[in-house]
Amino acid sequence: MDDPKKMKAQIEDISHVDVRKCMRCGKCSATCPNYDDMEYHPHQFVCMVEKGEIRKLMDSNSIYTCLSCFACIERCPRQVEPAKLIEATRLMVERERGANHLKPDMIVQKLDDQLPQQALASAFRKYTK
Amino acid sequence: MQKIGVFVCHCGTNIAATVDVEQVAQALGKEPGVVMAVHYQYMCSQSGQDMIKDAIKEKGLTGVVICSCSPRMHEATFRKAAASVGMNPFMVEIANIREQCSWIHKDRQEATQKAIALGRAAIAKVHLNAPLTAGETPVAKKALVIGGGIAGIQAALDIAEAGFEVDIVEKEPTIGGKMTQLDKTFPTLDCAACILTPKMVECAQNDKIHILSYSEVTKVKGFVGNFDVTIRRKARYVNEDKCTGCGLCTQKCPQKKIPNAFNLNMDMRRAIYIPFAQAVPKVATIDPDHCKMLTSGKCGLCATVCTAGAIDYKQKDKFIEQKYGAIVVATGFNPIKADAFNELGYNQSKDVVTSLEYERLMNAAGPTDGTLLRPSDGKHPKTIVFVQCVGSRDTTCRGKEYCSKICCMYTAKHAMLTREKYPDTDVYVFYIDVRTPGKGFDEFYRRAVEQYGVHYIKGQVGKVSPLSDGTLEVQASDLLMDEQLKIKADMVVLAVAMEADKTARPLATMLTASMDTNDFFTEAHPKLRPVESPTAGIFLAGACQGPKDIPDTVAQAGAAASKVIGLLVKNNLKGNPCVAHCNENMCNGCSSCEHVCAYGAITYVAKEFKMPDRTIAIRRVAQVNPAVCQGCGACTVTCPSGAMDLQGFSNREIMAEVDAICL
Ligand code: SF4
Ligand code: SF4
Ligand code: SF4
Ligand code: SF4
Repeated sequence: MDDPKKMKAQIEDISHVDVRKCMRCGKCSATCPNYDDMEYHPHQFVCMVEKGEIRKLMDSNSIYTCLSCFACIERCPRQVEPAKLIEATRLMVERERGANHLKPDMIVQKLDDQLPQQALASAFRKYTK
Repeated sequence: MQKIGVFVCHCGTNIAATVDVEQVAQALGKEPGVVMAVHYQYMCSQSGQDMIKDAIKEKGLTGVVICSCSPRMHEATFRKAAASVGMNPFMVEIANIREQCSWIHKDRQEATQKAIALGRAAIAKVHLNAPLTAGETPVAKKALVIGGGIAGIQAALDIAEAGFEVDIVEKEPTIGGKMTQLDKTFPTLDCAACILTPKMVECAQNDKIHILSYSEVTKVKGFVGNFDVTIRRKARYVNEDKCTGCGLCTQKCPQKKIPNAFNLNMDMRRAIYIPFAQAVPKVATIDPDHCKMLTSGKCGLCATVCTAGAIDYKQKDKFIEQKYGAIVVATGFNPIKADAFNELGYNQSKDVVTSLEYERLMNAAGPTDGTLLRPSDGKHPKTIVFVQCVGSRDTTCRGKEYCSKICCMYTAKHAMLTREKYPDTDVYVFYIDVRTPGKGFDEFYRRAVEQYGVHYIKGQVGKVSPLSDGTLEVQASDLLMDEQLKIKADMVVLAVAMEADKTARPLATMLTASMDTNDFFTEAHPKLRPVESPTAGIFLAGACQGPKDIPDTVAQAGAAASKVIGLLVKNNLKGNPCVAHCNENMCNGCSSCEHVCAYGAITYVAKEFKMPDRTIAIRRVAQVNPAVCQGCGACTVTCPSGAMDLQGFSNREIMAEVDAICL
């Protein structure tokens, strides 16, 4: 069964984020360019990790809709780095699943003229840890 | 042999809970020279002190050891008690068994043993203590106030009221400071000028107060009661005594396009200028960087129009030296630069302004004569967004970690005044927390919401982007609605953090006054001595000590003034007898001590000495000025020949303490 305390500790361990530094200003979410497509927003990642609600975050599509643009990290006045929590949550999902979704040799088939490089980089970040 | 009494304090449970006070008294009672050892609940209380006094009288004690809290707390109390019954106060020693023992130990046995060791050390020292007498120095009956803002003005007025001379040194051409730039003040909405300018005029008319405007302190020597201060009077190229302030020159000067700092560069002034109509002193000043006469020798128009003959292009900076008994620091604050906050668009749009700029835009004497107009196109703005905490509570390198304290209130004021004057506007305030602790403050903020319909939204602004149609897109969080907002605004106002004035750091060095990492002056004790700096004779007023609003500033300035008055009424100040002393027979004149003395207390003299072979030799030896020496002891540990010794903390006394603990 899920142990929220353990999962919280794991997320903090992977991300090295101290969620207690957050002062609930919401500047991360104010900055997020993909806000409307995210179920949980960067500031909510911070609050929910603090409360140990990791499973909800792992089940949310937010971990895939985050662009890994790091705007939230850049703008946070308290150096909390919410995107690192999102990244760590993705990693938790991957570890639990025990397998990678994306392998380097699959890339070639997926390449087309429209594909932005950023997407490739984030796809690797999201699916191959 | 001394006859020593030992008094062990329980300090309620502060000490007694961790230290077995009875055992301590028993153990110390067996030390050589100790004729009595007792313990008591509160040694510092009246009955505790009486106990010490009675014992001195009845048992004929020659020395006293108190095992209690830090000497910083009650050394003076106990020394006074001993002195009242005829014992030299320097025969009293404190063993700190609270801060250095009970508070940091958990194990009772260990703590008790340590308390005994500390007590032993104090007893060993008392054996070697000698009675000391403090010297006296006269007090210069004049105060210096550095900074002529509302803090400096209030302090000067209060000191002058008590009959003492005061000089105000102000770096700008006029006194008044930041408050002169404000429109209305919260929470009463008084017009800032209406309450400030009478005080400025009062300063000018008070014959005890001398305003040295356009001047700065360049050197400070001396000590409490006797500061020698050098002040640079910058050349203003106008003779202050002759200028009548008619302003004719300021209308005729052909150099018209100089950004006007008083209006935060939102309009222009001339090369010769009077900052604003109510300036004190009301005299013109020539800006040497822009005056054609001073830069190229071609103009001189102001001299021809000035009927008073006040213009003097040959004026030079003058240095004057003055003696003061006390110094009030009131160097104030500045808003931080908004440039670093790229995402908020300050550098990209003229319509993103700081709160102080907004203040000028609302002011009848400001660049728009008090009509709120967009700086970019002079149109009347309809939607205005205020952003609080810009750079405050910000731990990144762009910001300041602390809360700037006044922004919540002045933003509420701006929002309210805007809605009152222009009911057709939509006003949004983005906040992280609204902080309004002060008399009538929260009521004021609620009035902005409930009566004036200002939209307060919890959440920060993430981005301000100038759009092609001239408006600004404000992207922000609404945390309570869990929404991301996009507002089309005509103006954005940034409540930027407050920082200490740039002149504060070099001044603190000159004054040997301490500062925190944010360049705010630190007070001697945050609760009990809030207006004094730890350096004797230096007092603090206003935002130089930390963010402060006007009521707090005025209250603190008055408190600082009362401390100054308390100092200046004294004819003499008792010095600290625990000063360094040079054994001239041992001194080899190497100058090591002089180099290490931060207070400049050491000088050298050539003296004749009889040598063992009966010849006379002239040697250079160190001499300590006891009035300047602070007793820090740096010289005593530096002296290679062991000639320097600190009275009351001699090398022998300290070694005896070490031995008592270690042997
Ligand atoms: S990194 Fe993700 S959460 Fe952070 S601002 Fe970018 S898209 Fe939003
Ligand atoms: S920007 Fe930083 S401090 Fe503000 S809510 Fe987001 S994580 Fe917390
Ligand atoms: S310098 Fe002369 S002209 Fe200028 S204000 Fe003074 S008196 Fe008037
Ligand atoms: S001399 Fe300088 S200040 Fe005077 S009118 Fe000419 S430019 Fe202006």
